Amino acid sequence: MNRRNVDGTRTSFGVRLARGLVLLAALLFFATPLVALLDFSTAERDGSRSWEAWTSLLDDPLMVDAIVTSLTLAGLTVVLMLVLLVPTMVWVRLRLPKATRFVEFMCLLPLTIPALVLVVGVTNVFTWLTYFFGDTPLVLTFAYVVLVLPYAYRAVDASLSGLDTTTLSEAARSLGAGWWTVILRVVVPNIWPGVFGAAFISIALVLGEYTFASLLNYETLPVAIVLTSKSDASLSMAASLASILFAAVLLVLLSLFDRGRRTQGGSR
Amino acid sequence: MTTNQTPTATGGRTSGRPSRGRAAAPAIGLVPFVVYMTIFLVVPTVTVVVGAFQGPDGGFSLEKIKALGGETALGALRESLLLSVSSALIGAVAGALLCWAVLASPPASLLRRVTTAVCGVLAQFGGVTLAFAWVATLGFNGLLTGLLADVLGTDPNGASWLYGLPGLVLVYTYFQVPLMVIVFLPALEGVRPQWREAAANLGASTWQYWWQVGFPLLRPAFLGSALLLFANAFAAYATAAALVSQGSPITPLLIRASLTSEVVLGQSDFGYALALQMVLVVSVVMAAYAWLLRRTSRWLQ
Repeated sequence: MNRRNVDGTRTSFGVRLARGLVLLAALLFFATPLVALLDFSTAERDGSRSWEAWTSLLDDPLMVDAIVTSLTLAGLTVVLMLVLLVPTMVWVRLRLPKATRFVEFMCLLPLTIPALVLVVGVTNVFTWLTYFFGDTPLVLTFAYVVLVLPYAYRAVDASLSGLDTTTLSEAARSLGAGWWTVILRVVVPNIWPGVFGAAFISIALVLGEYTFASLLNYETLPVAIVLTSKSDASLSMAASLASILFAAVLLVLLSLFDRGRRTQGGSR
Repeated sequence: MTTNQTPTATGGRTSGRPSRGRAAAPAIGLVPFVVYMTIFLVVPTVTVVVGAFQGPDGGFSLEKIKALGGETALGALRESLLLSVSSALIGAVAGALLCWAVLASPPASLLRRVTTAVCGVLAQFGGVTLAFAWVATLGFNGLLTGLLADVLGTDPNGASWLYGLPGLVLVYTYFQVPLMVIVFLPALEGVRPQWREAAANLGASTWQYWWQVGFPLLRPAFLGSALLLFANAFAAYATAAALVSQGSPITPLLIRASLTSEVVLGQSDFGYALALQMVLVVSVVMAAYAWLLRRTSRWLQ
């Protein structure tokens, strides 16, 4: 409020015009390619419009398989990520504060080691993963958990730090609760926003992941989009737009959770 | 669940529980996490490092490292650096401008919320769709192709530069600007109106305030964000792979070539050395980013 008044009394017409122009330029730059996707996927050779590419999205067997694969991968990744990350983080907070920096470092490490590098080095690991689990694209889950970890960690950590875990757990423990009860029934219900945030961003990232899937030859949605582009450009454009819109919905939901948390923290 | 819980809580076992918890060393709780990260993060990374120093017979050899100095690898590195630097600079400046334009409206306003949400989507979501979006814009039959051909006299069949380095810079900008907004907006938000008031009280003009107070304070944050953008572009693969199907002008695509064809420069597994090079570049940049971030946080929250 204060800032707005300070600025409002001073902002000259020129500055406001410059701001408007920057916003307009940004809008044009970011909207044009998306509009182009819509245009391309509905355009017919004779200049008319049709939604054929969009309807055939769910008829094309390659696409349908790829969509199912990607959604399954997203689901599995979320489950495995939560099972691995949440108890570890809560445990570190409650019982092993000395390890905080270590866990944080490990979780943020995938930002420094590009996915492409992991693909180069991961061949041996995947050889025996496929030996145990068979040749299914679902083994990608194990790699995806690592890729989504930095984002998931931040989401969960933001929720956890707004919570007095020590007092809560001491209270629960003094009433006789075991550690699993403390984690699952006391702490987790209090960090739902962070858990949801971690889940949403993981789903979005997995649905868009191309590096691992393409180089290890698994047909997930982005891989199928690239493959299809060679035979049916309209279909691949429709799939592109559909997937970006789906990710947008997920991440907007995430931002709603995020905002809910922030306003809560602000009023406290 | 509840009925199970109540007897435990009121029963006599309460005294037994904590001692059992104390008996087991707390470090055991970390085991699953550490094991997992070792298998899926540490082992692949170590494999890359070891592989880069291994000869064809499995023994120690600097052959692959030496090959990094070869023409193909150096050329790719040069193009990669060029792409990362230019897209990071454009992204940083344009993103900072966008932050400034957005910041005029209050934090809860629709404009701010929409901008942050859209930036989140565009910065985080996969490169394949972005590559195709630009093909639909400037490629064959693209939305702008005909328009540009009419106005500027460009090729009516679509821009061939789109599939080379200039095209990559353009497409990378599309996710670099949003990333800049995400990482730089908090820093700009941290600039307190009081500082401006203080400067004004001492008789500073708007220019003087920005030149002597605003910019110097924001410089570490700006440089740090630009470094993050650089690392982001240097490590990116999907966008380039989807856009450029033939040839390998940049390091990530050269790694792809070595992975898919097995033989580059007459050497298999050259990808290990290239991957090691990539880790080194990205880690140096990320370390510098972390250092600048610490400096920033001294002033801005």
